[in-house]
Formats: sequence, structure tokens, C-alpha cells
Amino acid sequence: MSILEIRDLHIAYSTQAGPVPAVRGVDLDIAHGEVVGLAGESGCGKSTIAGAILRLLPKETEITGRISLEGENILDMSWGQLRSVRWSEASIIFQGALHGLNPVQRVGDQIAEAILIHDPKKNEKAASSRANELIEQVKLPARRANDYPHELSGGQKQRIMIAMALACDPKIVIADEPTTALDVMVQAQVLNLLKDLQRDLGLSLIFITHDLSVLVDVCDKIAVMYAGRIVEEGPAEAVFETPRHPYTKALGAAFPEIGDLTYRMSPTGLGGDPPDPMLIPSGCSFHPRCPSAFADCSGSEPTLYPAGDNRRSACLLVDQENRKATT
Amino acid sequence: MPLEPFDQQPVPPDSAMPDSGPPLEEKKRTPRQITRARRRRSISRFWRQYRENRLGMVGLVVLAFFILIAIFAPVFAPKSATTETAAAANDQPILVPPGYHCSQILTTDPETGLVTRVEDCTTSPKVFYPLGTDGSGRSVSTLIVWGARISLIVGLVATVMTMLIGAGIGIAAGFYGGRVDSVLSRLTDWFLVIPWIALAIVLASVLGQSLFNIILVIAVTSWAVTARLVRAQALTVVTRPYVERARALGASNWHTITRHVLPNLFPIIFANTILTVALSILAEATLSFLGLGDPLSVSWGTILEQAQGAGATTGGQWWWVMPPGLAITTVVLAFTMCGFAVEEISNPRLRRR
Repeated sequence: MSILEIRDLHIAYSTQAGPVPAVRGVDLDIAHGEVVGLAGESGCGKSTIAGAILRLLPKETEITGRISLEGENILDMSWGQLRSVRWSEASIIFQGALHGLNPVQRVGDQIAEAILIHDPKKNEKAASSRANELIEQVKLPARRANDYPHELSGGQKQRIMIAMALACDPKIVIADEPTTALDVMVQAQVLNLLKDLQRDLGLSLIFITHDLSVLVDVCDKIAVMYAGRIVEEGPAEAVFETPRHPYTKALGAAFPEIGDLTYRMSPTGLGGDPPDPMLIPSGCSFHPRCPSAFADCSGSEPTLYPAGDNRRSACLLVDQENRKATT
Repeated sequence: MPLEPFDQQPVPPDSAMPDSGPPLEEKKRTPRQITRARRRRSISRFWRQYRENRLGMVGLVVLAFFILIAIFAPVFAPKSATTETAAAANDQPILVPPGYHCSQILTTDPETGLVTRVEDCTTSPKVFYPLGTDGSGRSVSTLIVWGARISLIVGLVATVMTMLIGAGIGIAAGFYGGRVDSVLSRLTDWFLVIPWIALAIVLASVLGQSLFNIILVIAVTSWAVTARLVRAQALTVVTRPYVERARALGASNWHTITRHVLPNLFPIIFANTILTVALSILAEATLSFLGLGDPLSVSWGTILEQAQGAGATTGGQWWWVMPPGLAITTVVLAFTMCGFAVEEISNPRLRRR
């Protein structure tokens, strides 16, 4: 049974100009101990989904559908229930951890804070010794607990954020672009740390990033999002090696292969910008930017079609192939 | 790939950057000792920066002078020397030393022919009375000394109340937003645009004359500025990621406010507090001057009021009018200078380079 089930999730931010749909019908399953990657450009709805799972979005946001965490629908929970689920069931490693720490509190106290909120009976000593344990678990010396955030480097702060996410033994951790704003070396260290911790603790992990190559390393399964929808999903390696959706292809090609001169000579990328969520193109929302678009693309809206071996892709080309194969 | 722990490189024992990382010896100390050492360090850093501010130091010295005077008032003169009743009962001022008696002015009412005796006990500065005496023969210097107590106490207590109301409403408005914010902000606006002196006069006369009531009146009429300032700052703090993190942790609103919002607002509240003390002292003097203060306690404002009532300003009795006026101005100026100095330290953007 999957630990997290998202069914037909629609999220619209409310603005003065009217509701802005950020997520338009997403289904996603995460099994126990599974690592699922969510990829896509900025503004495609990745972080919005993360926020919805912990119900951190602004009050006015319209959310419909179902997000069940171990069988309980998060969207129906009362405020008290929600508070007890937050962090002890599902925790989040924020995008831009560099600002996610309170500058006027010692980092050890901030980790202990999470423990004390969920177990007020625990005394402060126990909480702070648990905080020290967690800090050592993310491979920092325990005495760092006495530091203020400004005394730590970016990578160290990110490790503290990871330690904090683990504080209440959550079953599922959402890592929302945990490696942005870190240099490549530190990125690799943080990724390895996350991978090790996930394996040792048997965590379920949702990994959100725009960097497909990172996901291949870490994830079991990848879901690629475009304009609020999943356009392709499947096992990580397969999706990366042989993308079945033109957008996935473009996203994968956007990162140059180091040492490959042909990349440097002719950088491949995708022209244009993601569509304005208020004015989503008709048919396949990707068709205005799609290199292999044809006449039907602007007319009929693709759904996720099976694309072999646990894979699905929302491209009319895949649908055509499927039909050819059956006839 | 095995991970190298971050901090395993040996740190030179006498690191060139004392603030960037704890020296190795800190490992042996208990957390409480470390906390204390850090607190000491941050206080001494604050003091070092404060000392560099000349205006702030001048303000501080002046304040220290007045606070000492207020604390040691009984050393200069007994409290009884400030009461008028003693002088009135004796029909002779108690404090007039040998050789200085009240001059008696005899006036005849032109219609009834009755002769009334009016005493004028004001004396200009002499050795025994460094600042002369007022209309009932009390030493003005004694009044100033005892008045410092009331003026400072009223100023400080009223400020504490102002800050409690103002910061509370400002944080609530900034943190909860939405409808709470609209209601509280409109209330703040309302108190901002009301002419405060009119409101204060009405309130003071409804509540009656007492020291506590005047404090209450000052707090009720002056919290709005603080509330608006704190709300503006709270709005920026609330959007910071660590507040979102606290929500994701499952923290209650109270927890988030006390642990994350308030500590980050503290510098601005602190600097504002000191500036508000100056305004409160001024407000107290104003209300007392208008005769709304506690008639039984002497403050700088009441001295001025009595001087005004006795016509000291037109009668040329400068020693009765100038000292309380100067005392008020000096203390208000001193508090303002200290407030600006603290503001400059807590808000580096104001620092002149």
C-alpha cells in the first residue's frame, strides 16, 4: 500500500485577477521507502504540490481532490489534527534553506523545537541530546548545535535543515529543491547524505528539482511536470535515458554533458517560457514550444497513455504509436 | 562516495576570526557556560558600538545624572518639604530660613473696604535656596529633585504600557493578517488621527486625577504609533522562510509568535521604547501643566502649572519657571539621543560611514 496517494489534485491560487490554476489534475503514488522525483521548470507546480501535502498554502487557495497520507485525507483534517501530522508524519526540507533558519536562535534549539512541539512531555535535555544525535547523523560535529545560523556555511545549514526534517521520525520527507544555491561539490555531498539517510532509515522521499540528472541518481521513480500536470512518469533510469515526451527530452538536454565539445558548440535548450497559468494553450499545453508538434496537438488534449514498462506519457505521438501497435 | 565530515580540519587554536567559529576549548564547557559567555560577548559588543556614538554617550550621562537625583531625592530634602499644607498651617512657610521672611502685601478692596493680607513668599536664588522658592515658600530645587521621581516613573511605566498595547496589537495585525489586520489597523488609524490632547483631557477628567490614571491616559493615547511600526515590521518577518518552517513543524500560533516573530522584532521595539519614554515624559508634563495630573504629587509639569497659575511667567520669577522647563527639555532630549543611538546600532542601514 502506498503511504501517500494524490488523486485528481487541483490547486488554484487566489489572486486579485481571479483564481490562478497552478496544479491541474495530478495523480501520484508514493510507496513505503520509495524515492519519487518531481521535475519541471519553475512555475510548473512542483513546490505547490509540496505545500499542499503539508497544507502550507495560503488560506484562500482552492484545493480539490484528495491527498491521503496513510489512508487519511489531509485536506479534510481539522487544525489540531493537521498540526500533529505536520512534521511527525511528513516533514519538508525547504527550498532555500539558507533563510529557513531563525537567525536569532541556536540551530540546536531549532531542531529541539520540532521535538518539543510534538512531544511536550519530553524535557529540554532529552530534546537537545536528540538534536545532537541528529546533527551527528547528518555528519556534523555535535558542538555545532551551539552555533547560530550565520556561523554555518550553506552546506552546513542545509545539513541542519535535513537533521530538522528527521527530528520527529517522519514517514515521508519532502525535499523541495534541497540543493539550490549550493555549489556543485556541496550539492553532491548533500545528495549523498540524503540518499544514505533514506536507505538507512527506510524513508519515503519526494525529491523536487529541475535537474533531471540529479533525480536519476537519487530516485526510483520520476514524474515530470509541465504547466500543472504530469506529462511523463516512470522508472528513473528509463525516463532519463529514453524520454517518451518531447518536454522530458528537452529538459534532459538542457544540461550540458561535461567534456563533450559538441554540446559547447551548439547548446541545446528549449525556446520560450512556460505558459501563463491564466492562459494555458488549448490541447496539449506544451504544443507551442514542442519541436515535434503536429496539427492535432492544439486540438485534442492528451491524457497519460501507457508507454511501456510501468511508464506513462501524455503525448499524442505515444498514443498514435499505441494505436498502431494494437491494429 | 564516503563523506568527509565538515569540520574535521584542525582549527588553529588562536583563530584569526573569534566570531566565526567557536574556539576548540569551548568543547569542554557546558552549554550554559557557553550561553553566558556569548551573552556577555554580545552585550560588550553592543556597548562597544554604543560608546562610539558621541550623542548617545552624552544622552546617557545626562540620564544617569537625573536618575541618580531621582533615586537619592531623600538625601537632598525630606519629602515633607514638598507639601504646601505644612506651610499653610503655620501661616508661615516652613522652609524660609532666618532672615528671609515672606513679604506681606496689604491690599484694600475698593468696594467693601476690607483689607486682605496676601503673602508672597517667592525668593530669588540665595545660598540656602539654590533655585529660590516658589509661591508658598517651597524650595524650587527640592521640588525639581522630587519632581524628577514622578516624571521619570510616569514616563517609564506609561512607556511599558504603551509598548505592551502597541506591540501586542501590531504583532497580532501583522501575524494574523486578513480580517484581524483590517480591524486592528483601522483601530490604529482611528487612534492616530484623533487629536491626542483632546482625547487625553476627556479621559483624564472622566477617570479622575491620580498617578495611575495619568499613566493609563498616556498609554491609551500613544500606542498607535508603536502598533503601526511593529505591524509593518511584523509583516516582513512573517513572510520569512523560518516562520513558514515553524508552521510546517506544527507549531501553534502562540509558539510561532513568541519564539520566532517577537525575538526578531525585539531590536526595533527596544529602540522605539527609548524614544517613547521621551514622548511619555513630555505627555505627562503637558497633562500636568493643564491641571490634569495628580494634585498631591509634585512633577515637573505640576510645578510649571503652579508657576503659571501664580503668574510667575509675567512676574519675572524666572527661577520658578525655568528649572522645571529645562529639566523636561533636557531629559526628553537625552532619551531621544539614547534612542537614536540604539536605533543606529540595531539598524545598520542608519549607520554613517
